[in-house]
Amino acid sequence: MRAQFVLSEIGVGLRRNLTMTFAVIVSVALSLALFGGSLLMSDQVNTMKGYWYDKVNVSVFLCNKSDAESDPNCAKGAVTEDQKKQILADLEEMSVVEKVTHESQDEAYKHYKEQFGDSPLASSLTPDQMQESYRIKLKDPEKYQVIATAFDGRDGVQSVQDQKGILDNLFELLNGMNWAARAIMALMLVVALMLIVNTVRVSAFSRRRETGIMRLVGASGFYIQAPFIMEAAVAGLIGGGVACAFLVIARYFIIDHGLALSEKLNLINFIGWDAVLTKLPLILATSLLMPALAAFFALRKYLKV
Amino acid sequence: MIRFDNVSKVYPKQNRPALRDVSLEVEKGEFVFLVGSSGSGKSTFLRLILREERCSHGQVHVLGKDLARLSNWKVPQMRRQLGTVFQDFRLLPNKTVAENVAFAQEVIGKSRGEIRKSVPQVLDLVGLGGKEDRMPGELSGGEQQRVAIARAFVNRPKLLIADEPTGNLDPQTSVGIMKLLDRINRTGTTVVMATHDQNIVDQMRKRVIELEQGRLVRDQARGVYGYQH
Repeated sequence: MRAQFVLSEIGVGLRRNLTMTFAVIVSVALSLALFGGSLLMSDQVNTMKGYWYDKVNVSVFLCNKSDAESDPNCAKGAVTEDQKKQILADLEEMSVVEKVTHESQDEAYKHYKEQFGDSPLASSLTPDQMQESYRIKLKDPEKYQVIATAFDGRDGVQSVQDQKGILDNLFELLNGMNWAARAIMALMLVVALMLIVNTVRVSAFSRRRETGIMRLVGASGFYIQAPFIMEAAVAGLIGGGVACAFLVIARYFIIDHGLALSEKLNLINFIGWDAVLTKLPLILATSLLMPALAAFFALRKYLKV
Repeated sequence: MIRFDNVSKVYPKQNRPALRDVSLEVEKGEFVFLVGSSGSGKSTFLRLILREERCSHGQVHVLGKDLARLSNWKVPQMRRQLGTVFQDFRLLPNKTVAENVAFAQEVIGKSRGEIRKSVPQVLDLVGLGGKEDRMPGELSGGEQQRVAIARAFVNRPKLLIADEPTGNLDPQTSVGIMKLLDRINRTGTTVVMATHDQNIVDQMRKRVIELEQGRLVRDQARGVYGYQH
């Protein structure tokens, strides 16, 4: 009885305020789509950064057996135990170095797998083909050149790589876009919340006769408020659903089809469906709870006992 | 049933108190008329009983409870034991007579079976048997007020508050409504009724409480509307 009563009240309320409801749905959908998009973008950046990106500044890659055959830097053969010891000792002596970490071939293989998990390139690799490396954290990241001059061309060293140089510009762009998305999201969120508060207020006003009678006959505060709160929650949830659909469609058309970035930029490991799908519950929960809370606080003012 | 101890009420931003130092008691089963000109404090008196307002000074006890100490979330429980009737009926225009009465039970969570049993019963009591499916707009003023009384009484309140229930009705219809309220009073329900209707008060010869500018100026058993009228 109660549930049926409350449900019919919600339906009446949503239909009575159709335009406002629509505005709430659209603004919730937009803000949450941006929210999800920004989450996915940081996921994408993290995937591209790989295991070492934020932890070190310079990587010294050592020659392995296949490098010895193909790479002129490694003409003198794969790195030996003595060479490795010497490189490590020299590195630790340098004043610009804060910390040195050794990455074995197996670890390199593991990290590579983590980053490029399902790409065709990764599945053909074996640990043997990976390079051993020393990962160096500098006291001053700008001093990369010191390491490069000291170790480039040394026996057993294949190359010295400044970790940041390669992708920094791209990441800065993505980061910038991310912040822009978050700013717009925050704005849309405020708009959505104000719309919800206003919708609930109009709704409560247009049903003040009912709520007045409910108060007089002793309906509990929650019972009076529930239809309004659920009205906002239902509108929000529809908006959340639209936002989810939007994200799924965006992933589909940008990465797999349409723009098909995964074919055009096949060196980049794009975020998978799992990254998208794990965001959806969060978005749906937000779309349900946020309007409900907004409605609850709006009503405290308008539906006093 | 109702006890006012030195009750005053000052509304915010107003200098003149709406009620000044009112003390009185209403026993179980009484029928009380509340008279006084507009602005004399009748509405405030009723709003204090319904706990729509809290008093500024003094104490209000209703059904044995000190309303000042009653927390907000317990107010609905208290109101379930009160029935209220107003001059403007306050019916829901898009619900039938039966639905209007049932509404009072739905919102406090009564079961469907209970509602199906008690609604026709109370409609019979107020003399609207057979009009369950009419809309309020199709009924006369007197009939609409009967629906409102049915709604107020369906949960069997211990106390019925009526704020000028005959204010919008012609004298003959008013008499019918008063007979109904009298009958409800005879079932043991205490009735407090604010009114301007001199004829009714004079005919019924019940207890009369008169307010003037917020003060209690007369409390008379078997009274009439006014001394010099």
